[in-house]
Amino acid sequence: MRHRKTVRKLGVKTAHRKAMMANMAASLITYGKIKTTVSRAKALLPVVSRLVTLGKKGDIHSRRLAFATLRDREILKKLFDEIAPEFKDRSGGYARIIRAGYRKGDGASMAVVEFLIEKKIEKKEEKKSKAGKKTEAKATKKSSKKDVKKTEAKKGRKKADK
Amino acid sequence: MPLPKRRHSRARGAKRRTHWVLKTPNIIECPHCHEKKLPHQVCPNCGWYKGREVIPITED
Repeated sequence: MRHRKTVRKLGVKTAHRKAMMANMAASLITYGKIKTTVSRAKALLPVVSRLVTLGKKGDIHSRRLAFATLRDREILKKLFDEIAPEFKDRSGGYARIIRAGYRKGDGASMAVVEFLIEKKIEKKEEKKSKAGKKTEAKATKKSSKKDVKKTEAKKGRKKADK
Repeated sequence: MPLPKRRHSRARGAKRRTHWVLKTPNIIECPHCHEKKLPHQVCPNCGWYKGREVIPITED
């Protein structure tokens, strides 16, 4: 019987799943935001949560436990020194899942997983979205404002082309 | 082996299939770019969700 067994198997063997979770957690820590399927995202959350909790504790034992999952010193360092301190006032719920449409090849529902680290830049965008109306007026505003940033700068150009 | 005794009329089959109905997806307007999008999803057109950019969209 599988009563109260909550592991999401994702249709792969244990070793495959563990490796996949380690890779996804590593990517999330490296890039701060990853795109994956909704099921994988949901399976990833507890893994990430455990890692961040270890990161907040920060002693050598936690480091070793986290290293057992991550297997990468650089990423481990980033988790402990940069990401975990951001969450010192938050007890759980460190990452969020946002649904992002369906994959073309197989129709799997996709999602973006990201850490709940609020940046000042993002707050500015929030205000703009409330004030902003249609794309045209917005595009010009955006392209000028966003030239400072890397990815968004590209986007602003594209919108201005329209 | 059980076998059908009589053929079904077209009306019978048609009546059974009256419940094969496609539902319209609940499409909403993106508050950012005003394109049509699915609810609770990042807008595929502008990459925004809940008042901020989630996915940077580079090309069309």
